[in-house]
Amino acid sequence: MKKIEKARLPELFAALNETAALYLPADRDGVAAFTRWQEGVTLTEKLNTVRSAKDLFFPQVETLANFKTQGGTIEIEDAARQDEDFIVFGVRACDLRSFEILDRVFLAEPQDTFYKARREHAAIITLACNAPEETCFCTAFSIDAADPQGDVTAFLTDTALCLRANTEKGENLLAKLPLSDGAESEIAAWQKQARETLEKLPIQLDLSGFTGERMMELFNHPAWQPLSEACLGCGTCTFVCPTCQCYDVKDFKTKDGVQRFRCWDSCMYSDFTMMSAGQPRPTQKERFRQRFMHKLVYYPMNNEGIFSCVGCGRCLQKCPIHMNIVKVAKTLGGERDA
Amino acid sequence: MQVKEKAIELLSSGKVSRVLGWKQGEFCYDLTPAVFESAEEVERSFVFSPLAGANLAKYLIAESRKEGVVAAFLKPCDSYSVLQLCKEHRIRRENVYLVGVPCEGTVDPDLLRENAKGLTAVREAGGTLVCDTLYGEKRVDLSAVLLERCKVCKSKKIVVFDELLGENGEENPQSTRFAAVEEIENLTPEERYAFWQKELSRCIRCNACRNVCPACSCETCVFDNAKLGTDNKAPASRFEEQYFHIIRAFHVAGRCTDCGECSRVCPQKIPLHLLNRKFIRDMNTLYGQYQAGADEESLPPMLDFRMDDCEPSAARGGKQA
Repeated sequence: MKKIEKARLPELFAALNETAALYLPADRDGVAAFTRWQEGVTLTEKLNTVRSAKDLFFPQVETLANFKTQGGTIEIEDAARQDEDFIVFGVRACDLRSFEILDRVFLAEPQDTFYKARREHAAIITLACNAPEETCFCTAFSIDAADPQGDVTAFLTDTALCLRANTEKGENLLAKLPLSDGAESEIAAWQKQARETLEKLPIQLDLSGFTGERMMELFNHPAWQPLSEACLGCGTCTFVCPTCQCYDVKDFKTKDGVQRFRCWDSCMYSDFTMMSAGQPRPTQKERFRQRFMHKLVYYPMNNEGIFSCVGCGRCLQKCPIHMNIVKVAKTLGGERDA
Repeated sequence: MQVKEKAIELLSSGKVSRVLGWKQGEFCYDLTPAVFESAEEVERSFVFSPLAGANLAKYLIAESRKEGVVAAFLKPCDSYSVLQLCKEHRIRRENVYLVGVPCEGTVDPDLLRENAKGLTAVREAGGTLVCDTLYGEKRVDLSAVLLERCKVCKSKKIVVFDELLGENGEENPQSTRFAAVEEIENLTPEERYAFWQKELSRCIRCNACRNVCPACSCETCVFDNAKLGTDNKAPASRFEEQYFHIIRAFHVAGRCTDCGECSRVCPQKIPLHLLNRKFIRDMNTLYGQYQAGADEESLPPMLDFRMDDCEPSAARGGKQA
């Protein structure tokens, strides 16, 4: 365990940024966002960012290829992959779990080389939680927010930032920083208090009913209609979600060719999956159902029972009509047979 | 009579077959718009409080096309949206029963949560919100956590109703809602551009502003229309900064009642209402005072033509004739 006084955080960030480009959660006009560090950028006091850490690995928009036409020939230019190291500081335990969930999608064959390059070049410094909010429910997914992993784990107490390396990459990183020695015992009380708060979080979910065997029963559940009734069909939940991973591929005609890019898509949108055979899901009920069935049933069926929700609570905070995965899970899970 | 009791009475008496209202959430602030079909359902989960901020007017477009009569509770600013939608023949007036509810302002849940971290329950006690949080009890001044639109409330008058719960209020000509617009007008063009770029560059193009907007009721939005080639779902260029929100504001000009839903729902806290207010203010200045949704007869300035209308060049910043 290493440590640095809280007042010296700017010095630490400068030193981190010396080793590789540093990103950290900072306030931008009152909204916390992962921000490229520069002199003067300070760590937000907010618990979490509006947009998740996913954005640094799977950005909302990225160019895949450029097609240049000249006369009768087309030249195809592959877009560059991430080739420089970078550091993400301040990843919460929930967002860290989202990387595992995304890895199972993007790193399965055929691998997504854009995502893979970013994952390989990143060093992750997580930040343990000790003041969760009422919208947090990471405990439902057995996430220990008081002791997340990553390459390095950081614990911010009243007076100091304690840092513990978990990987070789983390060890190497800490060796380059102006830190003094610390001891596990220094965060023991802090961590105990954090766990006590985490244990009494108001949202307690029983997800045992969301199994592959019950897929059709859940799919045909009459509650989807009332649950989806007020849904506006916007993409807020999808775009603030750390695990949503659907995208669309589009071509943009430029002066002398075509730019092929991908951008996040949302199953809540009316034209989602329009490209396959022109049969997008007909009403908001089906679109809404897809999002939650994917998180709670389809993804776990394909991934050894792992849910693709991390309990970060962003959708609870941001949905314009306050409909969310907790209300869905309680409604459907609460009406289990037997 | 209280809102909930009225909902029960309307359903029990058979006067209406459905009631549009707000449903209890996990906490005190996360109410979801819902349609209630029985008195028992209302009894179980209907809630009305200063946290029922959502303007439910837009839901009446679809609800008024269903069989039977649907009742809706309207706060003053919701009533402007409803009357505007009736005027545009989007809501079928004969299928809705409107109950006006006086309003002393609605709460911004984000502001409340910032002031009462870990908020789980809240009760109102004479202008103070007593909050239960994960970290103990916290008292918050109600006036400090109102939504922006309520802090500068333009009117407490309910402009359309079949029945009123309590006394109707008045328009508020003293509202300072244009103050922020004036501030931006007084910037240089470069500063103004920088202001909007800073704000709009946060846009994640989730379309919440558009989808919640009662004035945005096109069957298919031009920005969703793949057949036209105008669909756009990626903040790929500077489209959001330079076009999307401005185009939307132009499209709703003269129909926007300034209900403030766009800013209320923006996950990135972009003050979108300022664009709409700028257009409202310009129309007031150039064509005379006009409030969309205030009545069912008047022609909106953008649809009206008078010989003494100003020339386009009269607009501030335009080339002078």
